[in-house]
Amino acid sequence: MKSLQEEEKDLLQNESGILTAKLQRRSFLQYAGAGVAGVALIAAGCKKDHNNDNGLSAGVDLGSGDLGILNYAYALEQLEGAFYDTVVKSPYTNISPYELSLLTDIRDHELAHREFFKKALGTNAIQSLTVNFASINFTDRTSVLTAAKAFEDLGVSAYNGAGKLIKSADYLLVAGKIVSVEARHAALIRDLLANGTFADNTVIDVNGLDAARSPLAVLSIAKAYLSTQINASNLPS
Amino acid sequence: MNIINILEEIEKVDGEVYERLNPRRAAMKQFYGFGSKVALAALPLALGSMFKKAYGQTSTSVLSVLNFALTLEYIEYNFYQTGLNTPGLIPAGTPALAALTNIRDHELAHVNLLKGAITGSGGTPVSFTASQFDFTAKGNFNAVFTDYPTFLAVAQVFEDTGVRAYKGQAGNLMGSPGVLQTALQIHSVEARHAAHIREMRQAPAGGGVTALRPWITGANDSGVPAAAANYAGEDNVVQLGINIPGLGFSVNASTAAFDEPLTMDAVNAIASLFIKTA
Repeated sequence: MKSLQEEEKDLLQNESGILTAKLQRRSFLQYAGAGVAGVALIAAGCKKDHNNDNGLSAGVDLGSGDLGILNYAYALEQLEGAFYDTVVKSPYTNISPYELSLLTDIRDHELAHREFFKKALGTNAIQSLTVNFASINFTDRTSVLTAAKAFEDLGVSAYNGAGKLIKSADYLLVAGKIVSVEARHAALIRDLLANGTFADNTVIDVNGLDAARSPLAVLSIAKAYLSTQINASNLPS
Repeated sequence: MNIINILEEIEKVDGEVYERLNPRRAAMKQFYGFGSKVALAALPLALGSMFKKAYGQTSTSVLSVLNFALTLEYIEYNFYQTGLNTPGLIPAGTPALAALTNIRDHELAHVNLLKGAITGSGGTPVSFTASQFDFTAKGNFNAVFTDYPTFLAVAQVFEDTGVRAYKGQAGNLMGSPGVLQTALQIHSVEARHAAHIREMRQAPAGGGVTALRPWITGANDSGVPAAAANYAGEDNVVQLGINIPGLGFSVNASTAAFDEPLTMDAVNAIASLFIKTA
């Protein structure tokens, strides 16, 4: 008996057979129509090994399609939520009331994102992930804010890279609603570390563009902070 | 750069790419020619232009979104450029100058990127010069270039509105993944700008608006009554039918955790306040 995924694949192949000529031209416009599309192709051209899964093919299965992307976002929000929750519950040495209030706001946003995804995914939601923050010194301001900056910049690049993989306009809009809040967090955290670095050239390129990363690129960075292994092999790419 | 990877990526969405780029050998030659002659930053546009020859025009709706975005970037760029060129407006010897210069540079980069994308796709980019804008918004902000806090307040409104404008167009770009991703990459930069401008407004020189946060709390938190339309709907607390406060969060956190979109019509109505009628 075929798995559901195999059946879906067959269906898609049949469908594309019927609509081949029209679809191919139309879908190619997605790449070639506008000049800026070349960015994605250049990224592809720079891949050294397109079969390298970075050890992300076993463990908690994020799933496929839009639900896979939502679980991917849910995993990242779990990570961020757990991080800020730790920060707020045991703040770094000599934290100012102002910084604590900002970090508490961010914690609440990340937990709201996490609980939102959990609710939206319902029975399709992945389990709660176990985090590993051994590399972060929660008593030290610089250590905490440096980790926060890494998480926020990574989160922004994750949503920026996942947008084109989403099929539902509603889900794309929700991702858009969240990513700009992550970008606001990123800007603030960067300014707390060094004022004026909210959008410096370590994160914004010469075209004035923020980073965009594929799910595999993001998870290969994020997995250093997760004890739970993630299987991202069924995600769209 | 691996050319084969690029062609394989294209092949995923168009199995006949090699035939279209006929003859294949010529296509490859063109690739190498572009690669060696064009700077990396210009390469996306060069590739877009090359593929356009093989595949035809970009759809009108994508071009109209790009021109809409370009209009907003022109407004933002000219706003900062005018501010930076106004002696005595930005406090000397403060980090404000570098921050606003950085933001101005990003807006100019967006203008150039969008112009190139539109031209490369066979469209005609809109064009504006500084003299075509009225940054007092028909008298709403008469002190915009004489009073620094007013300048920053208008900057915040521009940035927050820009974020909403790009967000509102994401769904219209779903058929063009490359354009969608680029738009998202601009979108988050505007959000970073918005956050920083909000921080600047907290400082005494920036107006001392200490209650302001880098994120939008409730609807119009800008302190600018005339900007009500810019923030309309930002107080939404329901996402995909899920009531966020119902999950155990305060209303403030529930609104701030999600930025909201604006339609093209709503943004155009706001933008028209800043564009002089001929």
